[in-house]
Amino acid sequence: MSGTSASEYICKCTSACAGCSSSLILRHVLKAAGPDTVLVVPACCTSVLQGVWPNTSFNIPVYNVAFAAAAAVASGMAAAFESLGRNTNVIAYAGDGGTVDIGIQALSGALERETNFLYICYDNEAYGNTGMQRSGSTPLGARTTTTPGGKIHVKKDLDRIIAAHHLPYMATACSAYPQDLVKKVQKALSIKGPKFMHILAPCPPGWRYDASQTIEVGKMAVKTGIWAMYEREYDTLTLNGPTKAAMIKPAPLQDYLKMQGRFSSMTEEKIKIIRGEIERNLRLLKAEAEATC
Amino acid sequence: MLTLSTGNNAVAAAVRQANPAVVAAYPITPQTEIVEQIANYVTNGSLKSKYIPVESEHSAMAACIGASITGVRTFTATSSHGLLYMHEMVNWAAGARLPIVMANVNRALGPGWNVWAEHTDALQARDTGWLQVYVSTVQEAYDATLMAFRIAEDRRVYLPVMVNLDGFSLSHISQQLEESTVGDFIPPLVLDHKISTDSPAGYGCMTSSADYFRIRYDIERSMRDSVQVIKETEEAFAQTFGRKYSWTEEYRCEDAEILILSMGTLGKEAEVAVDILRNEGVKAGSMRVRWIRPFPELNLGDRELVVIDRNYSFGFGGILASSIRAKTGKVCYNVIAGLGGQEVTYNDIAGFVKTRRIGEEFWFGVDA
Amino acid sequence: MYEIRLHSRGGQGGVTAAKLMAVASFRDGKYATAAPFYGAERRGAPIVSFIRIDDKPIKIYSQIHNPDLVVVLDSSIIDLVNVFEGLKPDGSVLINAPEIPKKAEGYHVRHVDLTGIALKTNLVVAGSPILNTPVIGALAKMGLFSRESAVAAIQETFSDERNMKAALMAYEELV
Repeated sequence: MSGTSASEYICKCTSACAGCSSSLILRHVLKAAGPDTVLVVPACCTSVLQGVWPNTSFNIPVYNVAFAAAAAVASGMAAAFESLGRNTNVIAYAGDGGTVDIGIQALSGALERETNFLYICYDNEAYGNTGMQRSGSTPLGARTTTTPGGKIHVKKDLDRIIAAHHLPYMATACSAYPQDLVKKVQKALSIKGPKFMHILAPCPPGWRYDASQTIEVGKMAVKTGIWAMYEREYDTLTLNGPTKAAMIKPAPLQDYLKMQGRFSSMTEEKIKIIRGEIERNLRLLKAEAEATC
Repeated sequence: MLTLSTGNNAVAAAVRQANPAVVAAYPITPQTEIVEQIANYVTNGSLKSKYIPVESEHSAMAACIGASITGVRTFTATSSHGLLYMHEMVNWAAGARLPIVMANVNRALGPGWNVWAEHTDALQARDTGWLQVYVSTVQEAYDATLMAFRIAEDRRVYLPVMVNLDGFSLSHISQQLEESTVGDFIPPLVLDHKISTDSPAGYGCMTSSADYFRIRYDIERSMRDSVQVIKETEEAFAQTFGRKYSWTEEYRCEDAEILILSMGTLGKEAEVAVDILRNEGVKAGSMRVRWIRPFPELNLGDRELVVIDRNYSFGFGGILASSIRAKTGKVCYNVIAGLGGQEVTYNDIAGFVKTRRIGEEFWFGVDA
Repeated sequence: MYEIRLHSRGGQGGVTAAKLMAVASFRDGKYATAAPFYGAERRGAPIVSFIRIDDKPIKIYSQIHNPDLVVVLDSSIIDLVNVFEGLKPDGSVLINAPEIPKKAEGYHVRHVDLTGIALKTNLVVAGSPILNTPVIGALAKMGLFSRESAVAAIQETFSDERNMKAALMAYEELV
């Protein structure tokens, strides 16, 4: 892939599932970040895919921490590196559970204090590590092991919560667009202060699709507009190409839903609500983007 | 009705029988199946509880507290780090005198991440005012959960009860289960101090040094009264359902010269070791300790003690062994084994007895 | 007591197979326990389940080191793991394979093409052939439990008829 480092920081022996977005995302994140990087990883799929002591499949230091604590641990680490005069990248790499639910207190605090770090939330829309229970980031209608009839609440709007912290840089991305992801990580790491990335991570066992379809599912999420790709630098919003295209001619939502077994008990009512949410989100993003031009 | 069930599913089945109004819980391996099964029951209508999928364990206990003080039955489940994360609220629940029942699937503490059986998690909560029982079979997990509601909600107690089952070793294995219908074995909850808009009161407000200690004494008084309540409940359970439980489970202890004391599934494995030892002419017996709080009177007699601790208190010792020493003055051979799911077989246990050195501590896998 | 170690890959239904074996034994009036041994749980990783069957309550929770029977649901595991480790001298092996794999020679091996049977009966979910119900048929033929109890175990767990069809086919085709 042009423009990215040839070095690999994840060995080919992780315990990731076939078709795992997170390992794909992390591979590119680390290529963008380079070796002077420490990952702070709370309980999540990434805790497991590193492997079992005494081995690790990652070739950069990884600090595994308790579920709620990633952003707080990263805060401490960032402050310490600063006191040592080091420019080491501190990247908190967490799932949606550890970000949107149990980790949100620490995250909000770290952002409010303008911690110099990059927080990446890879979002597989459930608690993957523990067997796919619902998280606040699970979409409406999705079946998980704790929402066997489909989730009755809508997906938490993490990005606007983060936006309210007025960061120098935040972005959304998707595992299906690795070049875009790499550019965003590089951009983020070139800025001092708190940075946030929210990356959609389609998950074969959780979303119930064949492991070979991870890229197709991710692309469809963007094409339908259910996942919007954009960047915010303070209050300036820039929409990315694939989302601009989705705004003009969105793919039918059904094309995305029907790819995944987790949406098998979707009702017409819930689909209507989601369509409404997509429409509202894209409308607001468009207005925000235009207002900042 | 006899079925095959896992430990986790047995707990969920008992919760369905008890029919709490509110269940607030957060998933953590190896407890997840309890929460998932309850979600299934609620979805299919066989359990009418309000299920709150909270965003953390601290919130799980907080939500149970909020529900419980209105006078309704509540339940949650957790494990290890989840239990530690809610520790502040675990203390709060006992201090607030709330009859919350919680299943804790015993699991080791990180770092490094380890999801297998160890008792340190629950034992770290032994000072909180919660009653604690440790089970060893799928049937016992079901029965103890049912009894827990009745004990907690008894007016003489009004303290929360924790039912402990070994992570993976019991939570995930399938054994036979008789799913007894609870009928009126658990009477409806009457919480004398529940919130009432008719007679408004402030709860848990500022309390001066002149008064605070009285509240703490009150907790201990109820903890002592719970001894009688536990006894009555277990006897009533035996009468109603035909299955007997007590402070300990004793196997071949009557004429034993050496006692093996342990908790959880190790207590059953120890019974197999006892049979092996007896065949070799060693008069051993197994005493599985079920209740840790209130700490029971143990029928130790004059026998040598081999205590297996699947836990540790750093800088001090195995918690069961040191509790026994504190309560009875008796010194034992303290084996530290099974941490983080370390495998301990009946042969290993027989070996502990044969190589015992009373007064010493032995770290299985480390010491020679 | 009869001890069985079952080798499968995550996602193939090995844990359910263990439970079915316990239920079938249970319906025969025996005591039985089924215990999955969890390592890394991801799909495709080799996993092990332990099943114990006895006439009296089973008090052992530790792993099975000397099985009477080893069941291999995915023959490719034989190249990764020594599935025969600790097998009792007079112990048996049941492998899901159309022929006895080379590495299994020298052991008392029975085999049946469970994958083939699953495909023939269209017992396939999300692209994967279901092996846990057909293997129960083969095990019943081996005498681990009665045919009636095997049928009962499958019926009380699965409503789809293809499970029973595949199990009965495996019962007939066991070599």
